[in-house]
Amino acid sequence: MIDAATSVPKVVVTARAQRLRFYGVWVIAAVALIVLPFIFSSGGSLTSFSLIGISIIFALSYNILLGQTGLLSFGHAVHYGFGGFLAIHVMNAVTAHEWSIPLPFIPLFGGIGGLLLALVIGWVMTKRAGTVFAMISLGIGELVASSSLILRSVFGGESGITTDRTALPHMLGWSFGPQIQIYYLIAFWLMISAIAMYALTRTPLGRICNAVRDNPERVEFIGYDPHVVRYIAYGFAGFFAGIAGGLSAINFEIANSAYLGAAQSGIVLFATFIGGTAYFFGPILGAILVTYLQLGLTDVTTVWQLYFGIIFIGIVMFAPGGIAGLLMMHRPLVRSGTLGMVIPSYLVALVPTLALACGVILAIESVARYAQGEGSGSNIDLLGVPFNAASPLTWFAAAILIIGGFFVARISWRRIAQAWDRAATVARDRGYLA
Amino acid sequence: MTAAIEINAVEKRFGNVGIIHDLNLSIAQGERHAIIGPNGAGKSTTFNLVSGHIAPTSGEIRLNGNVISGLRPFEINRHGLSRSFQVTNVFARMTVWENIRCAVLWATGHHYAFWKNVDNLPVVRRRTAEILEDIHLTHRRDVPAGLLTYAEQRELEIGITIAGGASVIMLDEPTAGMSRAETERAVALIRRLTEGRTLVIVEHDMGVVFGLADRISVLVYGRIIASGTPEEIRSDPKVREAYLGEEAY
Amino acid sequence: MLEFVPRNNAIPDTSECIVLELIVISTINGVLFGMLLFLLSSGLTVIFSMMGVLNFAHASFYMLGAFFGFQLTRWIGFWPALVLAPLLVGAIGMAVERYGLRSIHKHGHVAELLLTFGLAFAIEEIVSMIWGKSPMDYRVPALLDFPAFTVFSTNYPAYKIFMLAVSGAIFVALLITLKRTRVGLIVQAALTHPNMVAHLGHNVGRVFMLVFGVGAALAGVAGVIAGPALVTQSDMATLLGPILFVVIVFGGLGSLSGAFIASLFIGLVQTFAVALNGSLAGAFGPLDPSFGPSIITDIWNVTISQIAPILPYVLLVLILIVRPMGLMGSRET
Repeated sequence: MIDAATSVPKVVVTARAQRLRFYGVWVIAAVALIVLPFIFSSGGSLTSFSLIGISIIFALSYNILLGQTGLLSFGHAVHYGFGGFLAIHVMNAVTAHEWSIPLPFIPLFGGIGGLLLALVIGWVMTKRAGTVFAMISLGIGELVASSSLILRSVFGGESGITTDRTALPHMLGWSFGPQIQIYYLIAFWLMISAIAMYALTRTPLGRICNAVRDNPERVEFIGYDPHVVRYIAYGFAGFFAGIAGGLSAINFEIANSAYLGAAQSGIVLFATFIGGTAYFFGPILGAILVTYLQLGLTDVTTVWQLYFGIIFIGIVMFAPGGIAGLLMMHRPLVRSGTLGMVIPSYLVALVPTLALACGVILAIESVARYAQGEGSGSNIDLLGVPFNAASPLTWFAAAILIIGGFFVARISWRRIAQAWDRAATVARDRGYLA
Repeated sequence: MTAAIEINAVEKRFGNVGIIHDLNLSIAQGERHAIIGPNGAGKSTTFNLVSGHIAPTSGEIRLNGNVISGLRPFEINRHGLSRSFQVTNVFARMTVWENIRCAVLWATGHHYAFWKNVDNLPVVRRRTAEILEDIHLTHRRDVPAGLLTYAEQRELEIGITIAGGASVIMLDEPTAGMSRAETERAVALIRRLTEGRTLVIVEHDMGVVFGLADRISVLVYGRIIASGTPEEIRSDPKVREAYLGEEAY
Repeated sequence: MLEFVPRNNAIPDTSECIVLELIVISTINGVLFGMLLFLLSSGLTVIFSMMGVLNFAHASFYMLGAFFGFQLTRWIGFWPALVLAPLLVGAIGMAVERYGLRSIHKHGHVAELLLTFGLAFAIEEIVSMIWGKSPMDYRVPALLDFPAFTVFSTNYPAYKIFMLAVSGAIFVALLITLKRTRVGLIVQAALTHPNMVAHLGHNVGRVFMLVFGVGAALAGVAGVIAGPALVTQSDMATLLGPILFVVIVFGGLGSLSGAFIASLFIGLVQTFAVALNGSLAGAFGPLDPSFGPSIITDIWNVTISQIAPILPYVLLVLILIVRPMGLMGSRET
């Protein structure tokens, strides 16, 4: 009796607390976006934030395909590109014909551009799923990207099409010349796009997309045509990718064939997958990390793309759930209070793993600089210690770090696995793990 | 009254290999019909033909008088036929609640809606809760389906099959791999859930078959060699020969 | 794309002779390109049919073959390189299967595809890191650097005949291995029923490693011999990779004969397109200038050789609309 009486209010409180926590997260995100430029006010930071914002919208749109509906696309950038080009043309038309469309509405045209392309090619593309869809997306992506070089009048050939974003009618007194105004424009579209895409996951269509991802055969036997479901998902993904492309066109005041290319498709795939496809916030993390690395690493090393590839392979092999997956894996441990059982083993593993990573970096950088012929003159600055790229000492150090680091690290990883086993058992006993 | 399912002169060949030969079967509305037969007789193929997974090489299949042979599975499902699978076929990453809810969505008219909040649909919520109660899985509603026990997954499978409100239910070996106790529970469940509906069931467990079915058809090498009430089948010499071989004199 | 380049400046006799010459040379070049594509797509098809893995890095193995061939030719000469380079690439392939794919297998086909995708990316970066991004000076070996025969007024290089001979020989060897040897029998069985083959006691893991390695080695051979004729550059894989996928989707996933037909077809189509230099403008005269710069003028003025690179993708769209399972396809993914 007493149990029943006390358990009911706990359920009610939990539901309300959950709702509060849910809306709280969005409010905090909005506040953070507004406040960010006041904390980091340098021009470089504003540019970085703008790029990260665009990246997040693009990655979230990609996850509608990959994480929600199980469609792996190697050609998603074509919608991004189409959005960018439509936005550029509309901006130029607004200026030329003196229409009264202020700049903040332009990303919507980007979305329309992405959506139109998705509607046209999506029906044929979504006829098959799985690896076949992936290959088709690669082929059609290449088709669109190559066609853009032929249709110069629309896509501007190799140099692309430029525009002047300040020439559009002003809104609220803003000309959108300064980067800070562009940042807030991007932040605004980021908020409403993210909210819209999250809301999509809570609709009947969103749930059926998940079902199609898990078991397309079964979906037919509950009354749904998987082809139609995939097609609609493809349309949405194209729409939001187009918004990202439009914002990019506004930010750089140019759209060119690189927007549509395989490299751009590859980057969004990296970002989304590294972030984690199973959780809504996964692509957000991935986009932030990948854009940040892209911006930061290009100055430090010429082979930053190789590091990307290695990180990607590492995630695929050892953490296919991405960063979000890794983080959420710890939730039952946090809830049951057993997180403390694994933290020490993490700290112990940190040293040899870091050594291994340093060895690999040294090796790669030495080879890179040697191949470029600048061996003797250049130094590799690793954690503040300068290593001469051509000196045998560096190569020796790299070899020791890699071999030694690997053997020691392997032992420490095994101990992490053991600590995890113990923590998971306790969590299971306490009822926090299924 | 039109038969629930009518199979007329259906043949199925895969390349040169004939699996189903001249299949004729009529199942009345509200009837509980079991299809039995030795392994390799073509029972699963028959199921796949009726549910639209494969199309017949020749012949015709009707559901409530409408021709369904050659239609896609989802079209047949919308005409009122639902089936379960021999190998458990649930949505492994979604919770039990969400599995049933997905099965309910089309029948409650929500189709491809992307403008409604799926948590705010009272009819959907009520129907899902009812079905969860019926299959006794309410206490497991938030568990991902892939983590259920085998028997629970089979029960969920049945739940997904009936959730859409189809008038004709086809169950493919629903009690396969279950213990005695689990089988009894499953049979009681099936009997309750298919009240007023037509049931076609493939089974190997004769106890289940003879306890549940109004009529039984025996399928051997792609042909129905006998069809009738359980007593008729039990005493039919052709059936005994098919299962036990000819008597040695 | 193998181009038709006249070797001397002799003025051809009649226009029919030019056309005939064009057709003959392009046909030989087209068949050559098709055989090259088949060397690649056959390995890809066998790997896909047996293991369910779509090896995104297959074109990268081709590129490694070309670069290893180039580097080894520099150090030890072309003929030893011809033997050694494919072996190296095959060894890399076996290592990829053993240490990469095997542990990923349980996560499903998408994970395997992503792994090979990451691998392709990393291989390209490593190649451009070591050798740079410009074309390599990978020369035809002196022994083969002479004109084999003359078609009307053009000399056809002996090296290309060599390429044809090598690909033909490998093709025949593959056919014999598959149809007549025990290993080939196992591979054929595993092509359609891998689980059954495992139940029969064959070490499927070792068979997979072997198949992956041989597939990679085949791609490597294609790279070694194609290197001197085509451009050896770090973007080889990204240029050829998508065409390879078009070939196997066009031919039908899992079908070797489909891959063969599709390879020859696409090889011929693309070679002829590059050789033909027509355009709508060339045929019907320039458009009325009042059209201005627009899509219509772009399409009017584009030459067939300009759209040659995208023709395979156009074929892809067509086959998807007309016959989605490919020419000879039967397997549903």
